[in-house]
Amino acid sequence: MPQAKDPVLRHPKDPSALLDIIRDVQAAAGHVSDQDIGRIAAHLKLAEAEVRGAVTFYHFFSLTPRGRSAVYLNDSITSRMAGRTAVARAFEEEAGCRFGEVSADGAIGLFPTSCIGMNDQEPSAIVDGVVFTALTPDKARALVRGLRAGTPARDLVAARGDGANQSDLVRSMVVNNIRRRGAVLFGAHETGAALRRAVSMTPKQVIDEVKRSGLLGRGGAGFPTGLKWEFCRREKAAQRYVVCNGDEGEPGTFKDRVILTELPRLLFEGLAVAGYAVGASTGILYLRSEYAYLRDHLEEVLAGLRRDGLLGPKAAGSASFDFDIVIKSGAGAYVCGEESALLESAEGKRGEPRDRPPFPVSVGYRDMPTTVNNIETLATAARILEEGAAWFKAMGTVQSAGTKLLSVSGDCSRPGVYEVEYGLTLADLLEMAGGTGAQAVQVGGPSGACVAPAGFGRRICFSDLATGGSVIVFGPGRDLFEVVGNFLEFFIEESCGWCVPCRAGNVLLRKKFEKIARGLASAEDLREIEEWGRLIKSTSRCGLGQTSPNPVLTTLKSFPELYQARLRKGAAHGSEFDLAAAVRDGCAAAGREPECKESLHD
Amino acid sequence: MSKPVIATASLAGCFGCHMSFLDIDERILPLVELVEFNKSPIDDIKKFSKPVDVGLIEGGCCNSENVHVLRDFRKNCKVLVSVGECAIMGGLPALRNSIPLRECLEEAYLNAPTVDPAERIIPNDEELPIILDKVYPCHEIVKIDHFLPGCPPSADLIWEALNALIEGRPLHLTYDLIKFD
Repeated sequence: MPQAKDPVLRHPKDPSALLDIIRDVQAAAGHVSDQDIGRIAAHLKLAEAEVRGAVTFYHFFSLTPRGRSAVYLNDSITSRMAGRTAVARAFEEEAGCRFGEVSADGAIGLFPTSCIGMNDQEPSAIVDGVVFTALTPDKARALVRGLRAGTPARDLVAARGDGANQSDLVRSMVVNNIRRRGAVLFGAHETGAALRRAVSMTPKQVIDEVKRSGLLGRGGAGFPTGLKWEFCRREKAAQRYVVCNGDEGEPGTFKDRVILTELPRLLFEGLAVAGYAVGASTGILYLRSEYAYLRDHLEEVLAGLRRDGLLGPKAAGSASFDFDIVIKSGAGAYVCGEESALLESAEGKRGEPRDRPPFPVSVGYRDMPTTVNNIETLATAARILEEGAAWFKAMGTVQSAGTKLLSVSGDCSRPGVYEVEYGLTLADLLEMAGGTGAQAVQVGGPSGACVAPAGFGRRICFSDLATGGSVIVFGPGRDLFEVVGNFLEFFIEESCGWCVPCRAGNVLLRKKFEKIARGLASAEDLREIEEWGRLIKSTSRCGLGQTSPNPVLTTLKSFPELYQARLRKGAAHGSEFDLAAAVRDGCAAAGREPECKESLHD
Repeated sequence: MSKPVIATASLAGCFGCHMSFLDIDERILPLVELVEFNKSPIDDIKKFSKPVDVGLIEGGCCNSENVHVLRDFRKNCKVLVSVGECAIMGGLPALRNSIPLRECLEEAYLNAPTVDPAERIIPNDEELPIILDKVYPCHEIVKIDHFLPGCPPSADLIWEALNALIEGRPLHLTYDLIKFD
């Protein structure tokens, strides 16, 4: 067999190629069979369990066939608000199978998936790697008919979106919805200016410039970027790495997708600046699988930067700065947005978070000192090098300098991306986005906070409402219990399973929440759910478990009356036990009449 | 002053927790001075005849009678305690929870090799309690105030807990009492 064609043998015998091999096998065969697992394990000299472990970890890999065409329909709350239920029904009727199944003819597989970064154009789905947005039941039916007739998914894209989405390398119907252009990311800039200025300075001067600017990490945690770079540079090592976190997985955020689409040069320049500052020769863009449709476009941009001398040996006209960038793909896992899980995944393994310390700045990619920065952080850093720290610091608030890219979606008339200065109130943002009259706003995605109207005067900044950028608006008619339930489900689905408090605790939390939602809970249950939530937060290893109870905890705080209204009146103990239902099977098996007098609850 | 009243029951359990209770050995003499028993297999009183201070429940609920007894205890006891693994978690009987009830009954009464072919029937006498779809821990049915872990909890653990409860002290189970290996 010609090795170049074989999806396993054409890869190097290097364990870090594991995910790339699985991806190729999955693409070629629609699943990874037991036989494939054996071949992959033999090729990479890994245990079969390691290969199987990686396959089962990621959403887009499967041990069983996913159909000739696999439809992944977003199951986020915003998708539901935009009519997902009817679209899902249309998919099922036309395909002839339920979600989670493959049609009898093997043509179509239907699967739910977590937020795919299209919250401003829901309901959306990924079909064979191609994104379909703003779906309706009719469009869903037409899509299934087209796929069944053998038309490739990319040929079923009727119209292309705006900007680079129109290019032949992207060919996507996704639209950017850039509603507000601020001075930093969307300000006029010249490609190469930032990097040329950086290499004219010493690395220490670059780090000092970024430190002076007050730039804090844009992914949500807000760690000072300059400090992170300094920590990494300080480590003595043969090699250092800079990694761009492109695993934008927090439900409701999609601003990094717009940067990748429209500002990739700025992003890569920022990564190169980081590389120069910390002393790395390789930069890695970890791209979430959902954005794989942008990969050709991004590779072409990288090729262009190499042609222009901004990447490669003696980059940007420097004396000795050799730097290049490679793209690594994810395969569907929210937890890979956590930096140590991302590094595991980039190394080709299950994306399970590492113990910290040591932090990645000391022991990161391939155990070398590594900085991991968010896409927006790096693009912003490039602009700081171009325009100077003082220019940047003049924007925003004292503690939160500069601008923030927000992804606004939900019940508002102008959903999309807004570049605003830090310090903007939620009320002003709602005004801009056409979302006034909201009953609640979810800031920072499910792991963030649910804010009631009384808090709409609060400001977007690190000292008040810190956010990675997700802002979801809920109008007056929405049931917040449905929202919270959807978020809890999301965390259960995305937990990597390592820590018991996260793996088991989130399931118990949802059970307790459902009990409250069904009106069977007592005040004792409210006390318990809060206690359990705090326990999960304080005993989980990574940010997922440390924030997963937030949907419950923040709504309990912002909307206590909603919970009070659902309690069983006058009950000291809320029991879900229903004796009539519990004896039904036993009566049927024995052919007996149930004891009809049983009360439903004690 | 009248003595504190206690009551006990074994639901879907093996009576092991009651046996462990009896392991208090000679302390049974001070126990008689300390408390008065009401409804309990220990004195064979079948019905509550007065309000009870502390109720001890062994076993979870696997049938309708267990549920009635448990609810009766909750009504009559000021403090109700789940004693042992089965009351707290369902224990060994709950191993059937992952198997559909009908399958369990068919295996036990119709298909098992020891069943007399002439008598193959799923028991259906109306005197029998109705079996539940699964085994429930007690706190899923009524409010339980305290939980004594163990399979069974040791006599020392039960003794210490009972004394604390009737003296109104907080329940403080030291490590040696809840360490089982």
